[in-house]
Formats: sequence, C-alpha cells, structure tokens
Amino acid sequence: MTRLVEAFERAGTFQLAGSAEGRALVFSQPLSFWGGVDAESGEIIDHSHPGLGQNVAGRILVMPSGRGSSSSSSVLAEAIRRGTAPAGILLERPDPILAVGAIVAEFLYGIGMPLAVCDTASFVSGERIVIGIGDEGGAIVRSYPAISPAAPRRQ
Amino acid sequence: MTLELTARDQSMLDGGQGPSAAAAMKILVAFSNAVGAESLLDISGAHIDGCLYHGKAGLDFVERLVEGGGRVQVPTTLNVGSFDLIHPGMVKMPSNEEAPARRLMKAHLELGCQATFTCAPYQTRFRPEFGQQIAWGESNAIVFANSVIGARTNRYGDFIDLCCAMTGRAPAWGLHLSENRRGRVLFGLDIAETEPSDNLFVGVGLIIGQASGDRVPVIAGLPEPRDEDHLKALGAAAATTGAVALFHAVGITPEAGTLDEAFHGRAAEQTIRITRADIDHALASLSGVQDGAPLSAVSLGTPHFSHEEWMRLLPMLREVAPGRGIPIYVNTGRATLTRLQEEGALLGMEAFGLIPVADTCTYVTSILERLDGVVMTNSGKWAHYAPGNIGVSVAFAEMKDCIRSAAVGHVVRGAV
Repeated sequence: MTRLVEAFERAGTFQLAGSAEGRALVFSQPLSFWGGVDAESGEIIDHSHPGLGQNVAGRILVMPSGRGSSSSSSVLAEAIRRGTAPAGILLERPDPILAVGAIVAEFLYGIGMPLAVCDTASFVSGERIVIGIGDEGGAIVRSYPAISPAAPRRQ
Repeated sequence: MTLELTARDQSMLDGGQGPSAAAAMKILVAFSNAVGAESLLDISGAHIDGCLYHGKAGLDFVERLVEGGGRVQVPTTLNVGSFDLIHPGMVKMPSNEEAPARRLMKAHLELGCQATFTCAPYQTRFRPEFGQQIAWGESNAIVFANSVIGARTNRYGDFIDLCCAMTGRAPAWGLHLSENRRGRVLFGLDIAETEPSDNLFVGVGLIIGQASGDRVPVIAGLPEPRDEDHLKALGAAAATTGAVALFHAVGITPEAGTLDEAFHGRAAEQTIRITRADIDHALASLSGVQDGAPLSAVSLGTPHFSHEEWMRLLPMLREVAPGRGIPIYVNTGRATLTRLQEEGALLGMEAFGLIPVADTCTYVTSILERLDGVVMTNSGKWAHYAPGNIGVSVAFAEMKDCIRSAAVGHVVRGAV
C-alpha cells in the first residue's frame, strides 16, 4: 500500500533542457565547481564542503544554488567534456554560472547535461531521480526512494 | 518575467550575423534568463578574462567562435594570459601546455580583441568613461571601473564576457541599473592619519570584502588617496576577500559626493566601525612570516603597476640600491612597459635586480626562479593568492620595506 507514494513528481523549469537519470547527491550547502570539484575525476575537493571526497560523476546533483567564482563555468564545461560531470543538476534557484557552463558544453561537444530549477526540499541522497521534458517544455522531475523495490523501469 | 529581445537580438540569435554571433547570443540569452533580466542593453566596451589556460574547453570555445568567422562588436581588451609574450623564456612551462596556452592568447586576437594582456585595462587608452555600460571580467578591473570611474558592469567571467563582446549586448540587470548601485552597508573609519599609508587602503579593502557580502559598501572617513592607485589597491583587496564589484567612498568616488548620495537618500542597513586595530589585524592575516626571514624575491604590480607607481619605485631603487641579486619582479601592462622603454626609464635598473614582467602575473604562472624562501609583496591580492597558486611563503609590507628587504637579504618592516 506504500506503492502509491513511491514515485514523487515535481514540475520545474529548465535552464538547459534535457533528459537524465541517476542517483541523487543532495546537499543543503551550495558547491562551487571551481576549487570544489576536480574536473579530471569528478571528486569533490572543497575541504569546507560536507560532500568532500564524494564523486559527482553520473549523479543527479541537488543543491539550493550555485556558489562562488565565475570560473565554475569552465570547470563544469570541462567536466562535461571529460564525462566526470553530474548526469543532471537540480537547483532551488537559477544559477547563471552553471547555466553558462552547461550551455557551452552542449554547444561545443553536443553533450547535454540538463539543469533545472524546482522545489528541492524533499530529495534524499541515494534515491533515483529521473528528469524528463514535459508537454509544455518544462521539467518533470520524478524521484524513487532507494529502498523501494519499484525501480522506474518496472513501472 | 521574460526576456524581451529586439528585432536585431532575435536576428542574431537566428543566425543572421553568422554562427558565432548566434552561439554567443544563445548563451547570453540563457544567462540573462537565469539572472532575471527583462532586456539586453548596448555596451561600449568589454574586457575578457579568458586568456589564462585552464583546460581544453576554454580553448575549444574560442576556436569555435574563430571558425565561425566571429568578431567582437565593441572595443575589447584582454586580461593577462599564461605567457609573457614580450619576454619569451621567462615563463617555465611544459611544452605540451605552452602550445595551447599561446594559442588561446592568439585566438582571442583573431576575434578582434586588443592585445592588451593586462588586468588593469583602466590604465590603457580603452579606459571607459563615467556612466558607460561595459561588460568586464577580472575582479579588480570590475571594482575599479564601477567604483573609481563610475562606468557600469557586473561581475562577468568565463565565456559570458566574450559573449557580450561578440554581441555588443549585456543583460539589463544588477549594477548596469542605477537603483542597484545604491550603498547598503556603511563602514565608518575611526582613524586619525593625515598622511595615509598604502597599507591603510589595502587593509580597508580586506575588511569591506569580508563583511559586505553581496551588498554595496560605502566607506566614510577614508583619507584622501594620494592617487587612484590607492583605490586600485583597496578595490583589489575587497574583490579578493569578498565579491565586491562596487564600493563608494564618500567625498572621493564619483557616485558618492555625500553620504546621502551614496545611499540614494536611504538609510544604511548596517553600520560597521573600522579601527586602526581592525586594519592591523586584517593586514597581519596576509603575512605568516616573521621579520628577519631570508628573502628569495620581491613581487610588485598586482594589479599591474601603473606608470605613476613606476615613477615612485624607480627613484626608490636608485636610493636604496639593492645589490644582492634578489629579483624584484614587477608585473605591468605592455603599454606601460613600452612607454617606460621609450622614456629610457629602465636603463641600468637590472643592476638592482629589477625584472619587469608583462602580459601575465607572477602568481598565475611559473616565473619565479626560487619558490623555497619568502617572497615579499605590497599587494594584498598577491599575498592572498600566491601561497595557494604557486606555493610560496609571503611577507606583506609597504613597497619601501620590500625594496629595503631586498637590499639586506631578509625581511625588514617598519622602515622610515
């Protein structure tokens, strides 16, 4: 009977539209890509960030906002080129610096890393997140608790 | 809130001015939407902080714009690169990094940018005027243009500064708009110095950078600066410890004739007093080195040394005459260097250890011969970044102390 609430759906707006899925990596504290993420490995290297030592590659990175230097655009673009970037990023507030990095990477390498703004309050690290494009072009974000037997592909 | 484009913006976006302009406009539109701008505005100049080689993506972007036949639409200056093109051989770089680093600088020139390669474009003939809308990268240049000149820019950076230059447009938001230039936090200086030291301005900058957050700071009680280099040092320090893009100094900077003008007739949201002890504390944080420590080098000119600063340094070098061969690196713009050479001002100065560096900066690339000892600087910005960037120990001091220390071979401060 818990199955009814297993998939949780939110609507959002895209800063860079696209589809992605991956396991959530959720932070309540913004992460700066410049000085915070090693573009060669995807590892979080910011010693003042609670995610230190974790890896963003292939995850759906969820955080309130971007942070810090505009050099984060370059680091994100470089990480997308190398395949060490998140599969997608969800933010509470739009971020111009991450948007530029994502758009430049798509322009140069044809690799789309969706960047969307939505209510991020209830996401939990480890759960599965699927980002899709809605009929009106908006973001549809579904999350599936990690403990749930109902993975998205079974539905 | 949606972004409204003019017919010309839309045509550019649709490829009417070629693929490079279209790509630049697409990125600019996404950025403008992200910051909530309602329209774009014309700019009269741009300064691009894209010539430091940080990885392939940065170079690929510029190459793609070059391939698409792109040209900048407004006079566009370039920030420092990874290389001193005037003094080849000075920068020690592995050859596999040298080729892309050089190419990055050259590719920007192929887009029509000016070969200024300076972090102080306000010292060049491309200096903007009061009230002009510009799109600048480089934190010290941004705060100088907004605060000391009264030109208008936000903190632009990676890719987006070039997109503004390629389109001649910038989002109408932030510090481009009068209402956002209003002072919000008041710093009251509680000091009695009639002839202010250089360090005072660095110290005030460090403090307002730390305490302002994203609010525009207003400084009351700042002593009259000797010249704009004092304000350059203040702004560079504030943009180092914080994200300050604009400060007002009452009675000194152009948008702050009075306290009331600086705050647009409104009240300060917060008032912070700065005492001499606060300034000493802030300056002490820049320097973990005791007096007497052996000196490896001196580095001056971060941001790039102005002609006026050279005119203070050169007589000081002749007077103190350091003769131990300790290198005194001075970062400066190539236009300033050319002027000094034309004036014959640098003749014989190498005997004192003077090594001018152009087009780059001693903390972003491998120039220093020795990294094992202490490097002395009068720059708050250099003192803050150099330990992390190039792994040196730094002693911060007034310029005169730096030169006297080079003469005796170890750190001395408080010289009269």
